[in-house]
Amino acid sequence: ALKRRTRLQVSAALKEGRVTPTELCQRCLSLIKSTKFLNAYITVAEETALKQAEESEKRYRRGQPLGVLDGIPVAVKDNFNTAGIETTCASNMLKGYISPYNATVVQKLLDQGAVLLGKTNLDEFAMGSGSTDGVFGPVRNPWSYSRQYKEKSVPESHSEDEECNWVVTGGSSGGSAAAVASFTSFAALGSDTGGSTRNPAAHCGVVGLKPTYGLISRHGLIPLVNSMDVPGILTRCVDDAAVVLGSLAGHDPKDSTTIQDNFEPFELPNLTDVSKLSIGIPKEYHAPGLSSEIQALWSKAADLFKNAGAKVTEVSLPHTPYSIVCYHVLCTAEVASNMARFDGLEYGHRSDLNKSTESMYAATRREGFNDVVRGRILSGNYFLLKQNYENYFVKAQKVRRLIANDFVKVFRSGVDILLTPTTLSDAVPYMEFIKEDNRTRSAQDDILTQAANMAGLPAINVPAALSERGLPIGLQFIGRSFQEKQLLTVAKWFEKQVQFPVIQLEEVKRHDHNALQHQKSASFS
Amino acid sequence: QRVTVAVLDRLEHLALGDFRDAEGVERLQEAIRFADQLHEVNTDGVEPMDSVLEDRCLYLREDDVTEGNCTNELLKNAREKVEEYFVAPPGNIPLPKLEERDSFLQSS
Repeated sequence: ALKRRTRLQVSAALKEGRVTPTELCQRCLSLIKSTKFLNAYITVAEETALKQAEESEKRYRRGQPLGVLDGIPVAVKDNFNTAGIETTCASNMLKGYISPYNATVVQKLLDQGAVLLGKTNLDEFAMGSGSTDGVFGPVRNPWSYSRQYKEKSVPESHSEDEECNWVVTGGSSGGSAAAVASFTSFAALGSDTGGSTRNPAAHCGVVGLKPTYGLISRHGLIPLVNSMDVPGILTRCVDDAAVVLGSLAGHDPKDSTTIQDNFEPFELPNLTDVSKLSIGIPKEYHAPGLSSEIQALWSKAADLFKNAGAKVTEVSLPHTPYSIVCYHVLCTAEVASNMARFDGLEYGHRSDLNKSTESMYAATRREGFNDVVRGRILSGNYFLLKQNYENYFVKAQKVRRLIANDFVKVFRSGVDILLTPTTLSDAVPYMEFIKEDNRTRSAQDDILTQAANMAGLPAINVPAALSERGLPIGLQFIGRSFQEKQLLTVAKWFEKQVQFPVIQLEEVKRHDHNALQHQKSASFS
Repeated sequence: QRVTVAVLDRLEHLALGDFRDAEGVERLQEAIRFADQLHEVNTDGVEPMDSVLEDRCLYLREDDVTEGNCTNELLKNAREKVEEYFVAPPGNIPLPKLEERDSFLQSS
């Protein structure tokens, strides 16, 4: 089926006229409908998507496509502003909010002719590691419905069990990861503050790239932690991630935290000789709770590089255990500040209480935010109190420097890339996931991804293998600042070695007959 | 040490949020306990880090007006408005004191 292909293959098909942008768009839209139970999308922009597809088709007929992304269906996490389309951040605070502008990254995709299918689901305001805490409900991991997972489950799996057995996508960009994993879009934008793109990428078996802080504009991305947020890229293969990166990276006058260096989009070479590569294995990433399965896979990956001639050494990032604590303080503090803009006056939810501005603001925020968001705001304010500022906020900033310096030392010693696990285990069933509260979960799940955000380094999740339960496990590569080309080149080599299996989705047959017909007509070439 | 009701009250004022119930307060206590681990790290002589891009110069745009005149666009998302104004309830009225407020903290 065409939609299972990567963007590269589809681009070729579009250029050669084997499929038209409107056909592609329609198929994706109908697949979104038939996979509605995944709850990956909050808003599907059907009309505008078809219009964009039509415009793209006209360009292809003239022989003048805008580029390799022309006509390619993409999805965007619902914390990016999209002009004329509702942007909710999965919160009551922004229900009904229609953005008056496009985030820079969204504009760039549209300028390249990409077709925006819709906005994907997330944890409320991107706070969480499961994509379970938004007001539109949790996102279901498409692998829950895969033959690979079902084969490994308890034998008597009838539909009831399936309802209880489905696993989470990870988060907070779970909707985006699910969209790409279930073939409804070829690429999706996520955001990454503590691992929010890489974590769901690992659980959903897709590539999740966190670029260097400062490479891609945050203008229009509703901010969580200004000093750590970055737009994330989710795709089905590393080459696609490189293409999307190429269209998004670069200085934006509207975001003063983007660097001014000239960015040249690149094509990834097909690395054959890794003998000049130095891979570092940080010993502190043998974190408590790391499953033996992932530990073994990590080891196997290290051996893969070693046997191919690369230099593989154990390195130390001694402040790793404190990274999550440091993040917790800095994140809540910045959140306290960033969430202050939501007062009901200019946009978003507004309470009916009208006695005074203060009481209206308080009521609006009480009604608009969920427990997680309110909790972080209150914690953040605690750490920022005059009596606590030095001991918590400034202290955390100092620890942040130590964490960043750990990486500098390791890279200075000659290591090119670090290889680590992305998550502690494979995806957990929803019923089990919700037993722990959001903060505990986030603290556990972000442990391996979070330090890269502290130091602003680029990092990527590459799907590596299936677990014993038939679910994806990914491994993470962390690179030097602004060395995305090297990072992605190594990631691509690894991807080629592991040959991660394609998901075998069976739900289409069960849930929607029409979509099955579409599937049949879609298989050609 | 448990956070005092006075501090919790202050936080509700500053954050314009509420603790809602005992769980909310316990969540803060947990957060503080968790954060206290930071004190195990020796940070003598270490400068706080504001941004990973601290070694670079920030770029500021020229102070020229290049866009604007989007009053209607911006007013669209506001619930209460009159002509070109956002309408706010009366200001300079402080939140009622804890005893007079509807807050969970009153019972604690």
